[in-house]
Amino acid sequence: MTATLAPLPDETLASRIKWTLHDYRAIVGQEFVHLYRQPVNFLWQLGFPIVMVLLFVYVFGSAMDVTGQGAGVDYVAYAMPGMFAMTMAFGFMNTAWAVAEAKEKGFVDRVRSMPMASSAVVVGRNIADTIHAAVDLLVLFIIAIVIGWSSDGTFWETLGAFALLLWLRFALIWVGVFLGLLVKNVEQAGSLFALAFPFGMISSVFTPPELMPGWLGAIAAWNPVSATATAIRDLFGNPAVAGDSWPEANALAAAIIWPVVITLIFLPLAVRRFQNLGR
Amino acid sequence: MTTTTVEAENLGKRYKNNTALAGFDLQATSGEVLGLLGPNGAGKTTTVRILTTLLRFDTGRATVAGFDVARDARQVRRRIGLTAQQTAVDDVLTARQNLVLFGKLFRLTKADAMRRATELLDQFGLADAADRQPKQFSGGMKRRLDLAASMILAPQVMFLDEPTTGLDPAGRREVWDAVSGLAADGTTVVLTTHYLDEADRLCDRIAVIDHGRNIVEDTPMGLKRQMGADRLEIVAAEPDDLAALRGIVERIADGDIVVDEAAASVSAPVKDPVPALTAAATALQDKQIAVADLGLRRPTLDEAFLELIGDTDKADTEKVETAKEADK
Repeated sequence: MTATLAPLPDETLASRIKWTLHDYRAIVGQEFVHLYRQPVNFLWQLGFPIVMVLLFVYVFGSAMDVTGQGAGVDYVAYAMPGMFAMTMAFGFMNTAWAVAEAKEKGFVDRVRSMPMASSAVVVGRNIADTIHAAVDLLVLFIIAIVIGWSSDGTFWETLGAFALLLWLRFALIWVGVFLGLLVKNVEQAGSLFALAFPFGMISSVFTPPELMPGWLGAIAAWNPVSATATAIRDLFGNPAVAGDSWPEANALAAAIIWPVVITLIFLPLAVRRFQNLGR
Repeated sequence: MTTTTVEAENLGKRYKNNTALAGFDLQATSGEVLGLLGPNGAGKTTTVRILTTLLRFDTGRATVAGFDVARDARQVRRRIGLTAQQTAVDDVLTARQNLVLFGKLFRLTKADAMRRATELLDQFGLADAADRQPKQFSGGMKRRLDLAASMILAPQVMFLDEPTTGLDPAGRREVWDAVSGLAADGTTVVLTTHYLDEADRLCDRIAVIDHGRNIVEDTPMGLKRQMGADRLEIVAAEPDDLAALRGIVERIADGDIVVDEAAASVSAPVKDPVPALTAAATALQDKQIAVADLGLRRPTLDEAFLELIGDTDKADTEKVETAKEADK
């Protein structure tokens, strides 16, 4: 047997932080290997938003009158920012699925029985998912340009819009981690779609809440996805049909605050859930 | 030098609706293979999860590799390896990438992690498959990679939870060889299994657990001996000879005779195996009876196990009945 390799000491606070970051980097590195070894999976995940873009722009788009100027007018400009926001909203399912899989396959247990920072499973996941979401957005952005959408905002406004999108996605990662730890197995994680669908759709993504029945419109107006969609429409200089409710009138503020609220609720829930794995 | 590496006393663990462990004790020393044997839900996995710091427990005390499991979890984690029921390797990463990743997570430097990965790939016979993904591996290969991943820091105590469940015979043999190798190098191996042949073959000592309590603890040979005497068994070549065979066995036996018509066999316990066998052979020759088989049979571990578990079930049933009586 080879000589025992003693683990490096990590007793001081500085070295503990150093090694914790080292653990995070290792887990993120693992996710990158996944990304480049499974480009097909990556494209499948993007398949849904792409199909939705094509459906709504080319199939339903010509019948949509969101600006009051006639069916089909400016629909691409209205719907595209919505698609970006919806893709971010649905992203929590990818997180939940990955966490459920790591738990079901025993990867989480293995990591918890090792002398590493066990938070790396969650935080590493978070960093990797945010990077993943940025790549998603870039691909969708290129597709949007190809089908004739454009941002009329300045460079900084456009960049700000993408930052808002990633900000929403970042907050939803905690929802994904919490749900991924909550469900029993990967199959159950798959059925979270039933949750994601109304969350993404009952919003201003495809149609203004104004055009919905009153009670549904109110839900849609207060949906965090709507806040982000409306805020980025402003930043992109795309037509936004904002109603009178507070989140619609103050979309930028709502798009910043909502993710904070989501994080404040779901981060502690996710941490608690993770700690309870030992019960 | 043998040292005690696992010491658990009076472990108790309650889940919401059931008691998983009700005062379980366990000891193991370096270089020893200890088998935890018991039916489903007996508390085997719960014990492993507690000793590997994955699960908190309600009562009792446990030290592994000299450190308290509850208070010094981090120290324990540096000195143990865990191979759980599912193979916890990443199917997308190659075998080598897996071992380098786990090496890094065991907090080796990149260079050390890579060197250790190469050593382990050689040690577990995976050098040729190093750059392939585990999803292309056979069950046995995948398990060996899993074992290698828990061996990065050459642990003092290795925990294996049903390491060969779902493997084909060749895969089981591969894992057995790997486990024997670990113990020969001085690692304590604690394994749970349903397979009695596996326990018989691998374990130095077997602790039988049921309803979260110790039932018995002994060597595989000792467990079988507890089952009582060897049995003399004669299998008839012609079913018509059964009565005659019974007559022969009757004169030699030291207990109840069992005649199995379907198997055309007659068997009975004997105190002195060799004289009994000689007497049977002589009698058969004298009477000119041809037989299909004549031999001595030691009780199998399966029989020992069923006997032991059956006893506790009976005891439990009796307890329930007594309680019912008391209620009346």
